[in-house]
Amino acid sequence: MMGAIPVEHGLILAGILFSLGLIGVLTRRNIVFVLMSLEVMLNACGLAFIVAGSRWEQADGQIMFVLILTLAAAEVAVGLGLIIQMYRRFQTVDINVLSELKG
Amino acid sequence: MLDLIWLLPTFPLLGFLILALAEGKLAKGPAGWIGAGSIGLSFAVAALVAVSFLQSGLESHTVPIWTWMSVAGFDPGINLYLDGLSLVMILVITGVGFLIHVYSTGYMADDPDFSRFFCYMNLFVFAMLLLVLGDNLLLLYLGWEGVGLCSYLLIGFWYDDPYNGYAARKAFVVTRVGDTAMAIGLFLLFAQLGTLNIQDMLHAAEAEWAVGSALPAITALLLLGGAVGKSAQLPLQTWLPDAMAGPTPISALIHAATMVTAGVYLIARTHTLFELAPNVQLLVAWVGLITLLMAGFTAMTQNDIKRILAYSTVSQIGYMFLGLGVGAWSGAIFHLMTHAFFKALLFLGAGAVILSLHHEQDIFRMGAKRKQLPVGFLCFLIGGLALTAFPYTSGYFSKDEILIAALEVEGQGLWLWLGGVIGAFFTGIYTFRLFFVVFFGESRGHHDAKEVKGLNIALPLFILMALSLFGGWIPVPLDAVFSHGAEHEEHHISAFMHGVMIALPLFGIAISYLFYGSGILSAEKLMSLPGSRALHRFWNSGWGMDRLYDFLFVNPFLYLARVNAKDIIDAFYDMLAALSRAGHLLIVRTQTGYLRWYVLSMAAGLVALIAVGVLL
Repeated sequence: MMGAIPVEHGLILAGILFSLGLIGVLTRRNIVFVLMSLEVMLNACGLAFIVAGSRWEQADGQIMFVLILTLAAAEVAVGLGLIIQMYRRFQTVDINVLSELKG
Repeated sequence: MLDLIWLLPTFPLLGFLILALAEGKLAKGPAGWIGAGSIGLSFAVAALVAVSFLQSGLESHTVPIWTWMSVAGFDPGINLYLDGLSLVMILVITGVGFLIHVYSTGYMADDPDFSRFFCYMNLFVFAMLLLVLGDNLLLLYLGWEGVGLCSYLLIGFWYDDPYNGYAARKAFVVTRVGDTAMAIGLFLLFAQLGTLNIQDMLHAAEAEWAVGSALPAITALLLLGGAVGKSAQLPLQTWLPDAMAGPTPISALIHAATMVTAGVYLIARTHTLFELAPNVQLLVAWVGLITLLMAGFTAMTQNDIKRILAYSTVSQIGYMFLGLGVGAWSGAIFHLMTHAFFKALLFLGAGAVILSLHHEQDIFRMGAKRKQLPVGFLCFLIGGLALTAFPYTSGYFSKDEILIAALEVEGQGLWLWLGGVIGAFFTGIYTFRLFFVVFFGESRGHHDAKEVKGLNIALPLFILMALSLFGGWIPVPLDAVFSHGAEHEEHHISAFMHGVMIALPLFGIAISYLFYGSGILSAEKLMSLPGSRALHRFWNSGWGMDRLYDFLFVNPFLYLARVNAKDIIDAFYDMLAALSRAGHLLIVRTQTGYLRWYVLSMAAGLVALIAVGVLL
């Protein structure tokens, strides 16, 4: 493969994306942004699969990405539904307010 | 005909089952017929068996019914063993038992728990028959505990009164002390001789153990422990006077005629063991002697008609033990039989008196009742004469046999005889004190009492009167059972000694007459002597035995129970629980309810795991 991007670059990009997503999940208070950060993390995983698939020239990586894409779509559908329910019941999207389940 | 013995315990068992399953819904008529009828049928079978046994000339006969269990060579059967001894016992149990059952249909007629009463009574007769008919020690023990249970149930029959429950518990716990000793004795016998069959065991003991060696002495002592518990002898005699809390027919059947003599039966049944341990056998005699004297003193100071008779029972069983101890085996069993007659008569007569006087039991609130209660008067006259061994009544023959045998014991014979004769003197005093106070003198209450009527009350009394008078002529077929004893020798006793034996009880009657019959001497004057009041209190409390046992056993136990009320053992487990609770409280703080905290700990955990996987 001519002029191919080295596999390390791809993986480092995936790592950076994953970390950004994780930081977003940890620091964001608005649950919509938490969900978005979660999507970023999923995409980072997908990127890692694609990179690995092209490194070993296997189709499995891309198949896995399609699976993750489907999963993410389903997750967002359910997640947004839940967020709407939550907003209706508590009139807020701040997850710090919703901490009733403590021991 | 002999194989019909299995019917003997079956009828009372059936009666018990019918009455128990009917749950008291049976009317009194049918319940009485079933309760008394089952014992009547048993008595008919016993009479048939007795006739054919005596005609057959057999020494013993075993009827196997089935094998109880069979485990590795240990196979006790439910086998009934009939010989002269068990024959006498089954006739006494079913015969006297039947009369008392018939009497009870009248005595208990007004009781709301009529059928429960007969249910327990039938169960008792069933257990008692198993006790005397069992051919192995396990079956004997089953009957032994069965009669103990029925005694408990019947003492506490009127359970509304807490005192009755207390008396029942006391009887149960005190006899349990003896039963534990007996159970250990049975274990020891089985471990040493490898069989539970009584006859095999006795033969093995005779063959393997030397006279006077340690093993027969220990086993005999342990069996004696069971016997003194059941038969209310020193030191476990304290339960019997309290057992009078039960209905009077119970006192007659269980606590005079049959169950309390089970200890006598046990020792007579295992007499070979006691012959192998002469010291223990002598101890039996002394236990009997001391008990009969102590109970005699106490009986003279009691005022409750039933308690007087209770102490008298303790004293008479003391005579039986004395007889067993001096080797007068058949004399002791003979006294058991005659005692069953006249003591049942006295108790049933007392029941009739109590019922006629609206449940009055204090003899000093009666007085001059011979006109009002002619049948009761006759009961106490005949029963009292038999009890004091008036010549040619039934008690005379049996007591004579025991005392003459006591005299023949080498060394201590004279002391044993003297004690027994003095006991007979006391018997005369306390029996006729009761008699004169109740039936003579002036009326001190219940002036217009009428005697209870009814054939089912009067007929058993008259039959028992006849038996008390003439029961001494009934021959007991015991020679084959105790054949190797020295019983067949002619007894030689001087006319003087014999005269003393007859005269002392009469002298006792005369003293009672002087104090309570004629009023020439007065008990009040005797009581005003210095120290006599304290002595009276001491004897009246049964020589302070109850207080002694309270001090020695009951109070320390209660103290320990109070100290340990919070349960020291539990402290360890409580500590474990507290520890895990503390750990739980510690960990529960990590559950904050903040989503990001969970995410962070999951991520940190993952990183840590991966780090561990990479580095190691």
